[in-house]
Amino acid sequence: MVSDAYPRPFDERRQAGMERSGVLGLDPLLIVAALGLIAFSLFTLKAVTGGDIPHEPYYYVVRQAIYAVLGIALMLAVARVDYSRFRELRVGLYTAMMSGIILVLLLGEATRGSRRWIELPFFTFQPSELGKVLLITALAGFAIDRGRRVSERQQTARLLLMGFVPALIVFLQPDLGTALTYVVITLAILFVVGVRWTHFALLGALLTAAVAAVLMIAPAIGHPVLKDYQEERLTSFLNPSSDPRDATYQIDQSLIAIGSGGKVGRGANSTQTENGFVPDRTTDFIFSVVGERFGFVGAAFVLSLYALLIWRALRIMTLSKNLYGSLIAGGIAAMFMCQVLVNVGVTIGIMPVTGIPLPLMSFGGSSVVVTLMAVGLLQSIYVQARLTSKSRADLLR
Amino acid sequence: MFGERERPLMPAQFALRVAILSGFALVIFSIIFFRLWYLQVLSGDKYLKQAKNNQVREVTVRAPRGEILDRQGQVLVDNRTALALQLDPTELPSSHRRRAEEFARLGRLIGMSPNEIAKQLHQQTKELPANPVTLERDVAYDLVFYLRENQAAYPGVNVERVHVRNYPDGSLGAQIFGYVREVTEQQLKEPRYQGLIPGDQVGQAGVENTYDNVLRGTNGLTRVQVDAEGQPTGGVLSQTEAEAGHNLLLSIDTPVQRAGEAALGSFSTPGAFVAMNVHNGEILGLGSSPTFDPTIFTKPVIPTATYEQLASETTGAPLTNRAIQGLYPTGSTFKPITAVAALESGLLTPSTTIYDGGVFTLGGIDFRNAGNASYGSLQLPEALQVSSDVFFYNVGATLDREGSGAQQKWASELGIGHPTGIDLPGEMAGLLPTPAWRNKLYKEAQDPDSPGGTSIVSGQDPTDRPWSGGDAVNLAVGQGDLQANPLQMAVAYAAIANGGDVVRPHVGLEVRDPRGGVVQEIDPAPQRHLDIDPQYRQAILEGIHMAAQSPGGTSYEVFGNFPVPMAGKTGTAERAPQADQSWYVALAPYPNPEIAVAATIEEGGFGADSAAPVTRQVLDAYYNTREQAAKSAGGKVPSRGAIQPPVTGAPAGNPD
Repeated sequence: MVSDAYPRPFDERRQAGMERSGVLGLDPLLIVAALGLIAFSLFTLKAVTGGDIPHEPYYYVVRQAIYAVLGIALMLAVARVDYSRFRELRVGLYTAMMSGIILVLLLGEATRGSRRWIELPFFTFQPSELGKVLLITALAGFAIDRGRRVSERQQTARLLLMGFVPALIVFLQPDLGTALTYVVITLAILFVVGVRWTHFALLGALLTAAVAAVLMIAPAIGHPVLKDYQEERLTSFLNPSSDPRDATYQIDQSLIAIGSGGKVGRGANSTQTENGFVPDRTTDFIFSVVGERFGFVGAAFVLSLYALLIWRALRIMTLSKNLYGSLIAGGIAAMFMCQVLVNVGVTIGIMPVTGIPLPLMSFGGSSVVVTLMAVGLLQSIYVQARLTSKSRADLLR
Repeated sequence: MFGERERPLMPAQFALRVAILSGFALVIFSIIFFRLWYLQVLSGDKYLKQAKNNQVREVTVRAPRGEILDRQGQVLVDNRTALALQLDPTELPSSHRRRAEEFARLGRLIGMSPNEIAKQLHQQTKELPANPVTLERDVAYDLVFYLRENQAAYPGVNVERVHVRNYPDGSLGAQIFGYVREVTEQQLKEPRYQGLIPGDQVGQAGVENTYDNVLRGTNGLTRVQVDAEGQPTGGVLSQTEAEAGHNLLLSIDTPVQRAGEAALGSFSTPGAFVAMNVHNGEILGLGSSPTFDPTIFTKPVIPTATYEQLASETTGAPLTNRAIQGLYPTGSTFKPITAVAALESGLLTPSTTIYDGGVFTLGGIDFRNAGNASYGSLQLPEALQVSSDVFFYNVGATLDREGSGAQQKWASELGIGHPTGIDLPGEMAGLLPTPAWRNKLYKEAQDPDSPGGTSIVSGQDPTDRPWSGGDAVNLAVGQGDLQANPLQMAVAYAAIANGGDVVRPHVGLEVRDPRGGVVQEIDPAPQRHLDIDPQYRQAILEGIHMAAQSPGGTSYEVFGNFPVPMAGKTGTAERAPQADQSWYVALAPYPNPEIAVAATIEEGGFGADSAAPVTRQVLDAYYNTREQAAKSAGGKVPSRGAIQPPVTGAPAGNPD
């Protein structure tokens, strides 16, 4: 028995009774959550960008729809593949991820600036987005190797290194938000695979020390790690009374936008997002648009779709036929949780300003396609779990 | 095999971790949900209001201040527009490094060091937070164009068109006009500055201050809809035009003012003068030396050194208006006031004869005439003519013995020891010494519980002894503890001259709207009326007329040849350790005066040496103006024919 043939003694009746399957044997609730979010994204984009580009009221909507269709196709394709096969490709997947983000970093160096994208003929591609899913599948694979030949502590350290090195590279691009997501994914996979609590305690202490070093000690000795704007964003959150025109300005405007939405929203009178007081209203601050236009009702609706999405991810984690699937599902659930918490948290003023897309809502091809790929992975785990339990049930019969 | 387990479970460890992960999700969604509830449902109205205000930018259009004109309607103070370079602290980069870089670049453009800019920013925002900081008030056009073209490189740097006070006559009248500065945070809380916003200019001294509410005008306000960059998106929501302030016509007669200031300026020591209409209190000229250049105050920042120079004692404190703030003994110019008190209380008549043997002895102390002169038997007019101290020592001693306080009562009624109520800020009351005043201070100093204990400083200290006859004798000739200023003397003399009206002096004459229509006439009623017997008035005026224009008079050398009959009294005030202070108060024409002129020169010696010539120049200017006015009207100067030919070889009188 290989280590991923982790005995998953699920209650057969529970499993058979609860998990009704839709077309192609996919999880219908997961489909509802993903498509619901896509639809709401298109609806929101139409409302807010209708007048942005003369004579092309559907410019953003059409593009987002194309990304979504591409993503859904990929999702269905991935769903049909047995994810377990990715485990064997873990080295290749990891190498692909590293190559992508290093390439971006090198191109960025060449242009002497911040760079997150690679220009492709039809759209710009953001390797660090795809990297999230690659990291999850690769790291989950490496995590299962634990216990062989190496001590548990060494294994933990190896996995941490494998997750944090790409996080550091992405951070250097610089992309603080995505780097944070990489860290969260790594920690989640370690957590789910069952790393000792003592290791986590040690890790927590180390991370606290590292944050303190980056924010306080490094600038004090004259070697700041964070770029000016990054530090400004982070510290202005801690010190909201500082300059209203800069970093906290964005938070203030977003708060006013969401607050002014009230219970049912301001509809077409959404001056905060219409007149550009809220920055990046199609990407990082799209939740402010939802809050202002559609009010508490709309925001709660979007949140409930995310709750559904994350619930299904957690549920699929428990259904998985093997530990590899559980790790992937856990990583994806953590990725969603991280992105929703940080993105929404920024717009409602409980998080420092960090650029991070809201899954399936924010305008942007890489994010939409990759998120749908992640949903496809969840579906694959779901499908495989069902097939396994079905075959087991058949065997029993 | 599966069927054997009734309750197949996930491994406990895995289940726990899934539960913890789910718990995380629950906490995250709860926090977000409740935060949204708080923002949208509970605080929605507050944020909606903010959102509505957010898109409106109010652009204040500052109103030009009203002009200040002289009595002929000639401009004394008006406005010019200037381009002011301002920093908006809220738009500057918040990063220290980027801010320092911008200051360095800006500093190179305008010739200020980055430190200076930072200092200005710090100082001005300390006084007026959230207010644009003006770095320069006269910026060259090419710099303005450069900044407009490179606006992106200079966030928070703006150029605004502002109104700046303009003084065509330089420092003329600076003490009267005062100056204009930005309203302070403190002032914004006062009712009289209600409705003003930081950055508004208000009068901080002089008539600019007294008549601030009429000069100020009303700011215009344009409300425009803007986007996040502050760029107007739609139309103008509402607009109110700026209304220029009203113009203020002063009673100042520019030639008189100019002559007075020039005369004061010819002395190296400080001095002051006042020229006033004796009937209605209109001030025709009022000046104090040294004076200052009012354009200093049009700069956004006054260097500390400059300000110290304006206020320091060593430079003569140019900001002090000695005409209304001086605290001086008046010397013999006080004698007519003593005469009124003695006459009206029946202790003296115009024909009472007092023998002046050159010395008056009281309590073993000899009080002598100036120059040890003796004038023999004198009646009041002659005593004023020669300024006999012995005569007035006797009168003062008699008044004091009588004990009714008539001396102080009449001096007080004539305005000594009180502010006159002139429409200029900062007027001083001065001091009219009374027995009660001195005795009280003395008693307090005697009290062992007093701050100074029983230690008494001897000499001029009013606490060194109780009131004595010597104090009364000194007061009778304007010496001792008396403190008064030229304006108070002019008012007192005017009351004697006009038959008893103690006028309320004023420099404001009319408030006119910008189109010239009269909005308000400023003609305050007299403070009070005293009944002064016309006979007594006549005797006093005759005495000081002779003092000025009869041979042997104390200022005959200065006014003997004055073409208009007038009256005037010299004064030489002892102000140890300084040299004697010169005083002169004139009334013209005699016998029915219309103008009173009071002048004093610190350390100017005898009254006839410096204050009288100053007065002469003021009166020359006054009659010159009238002569020209009369000529242009084709008439004749009324009293010119009645000139007393100067008497040559007349004996010189008492210098005081």
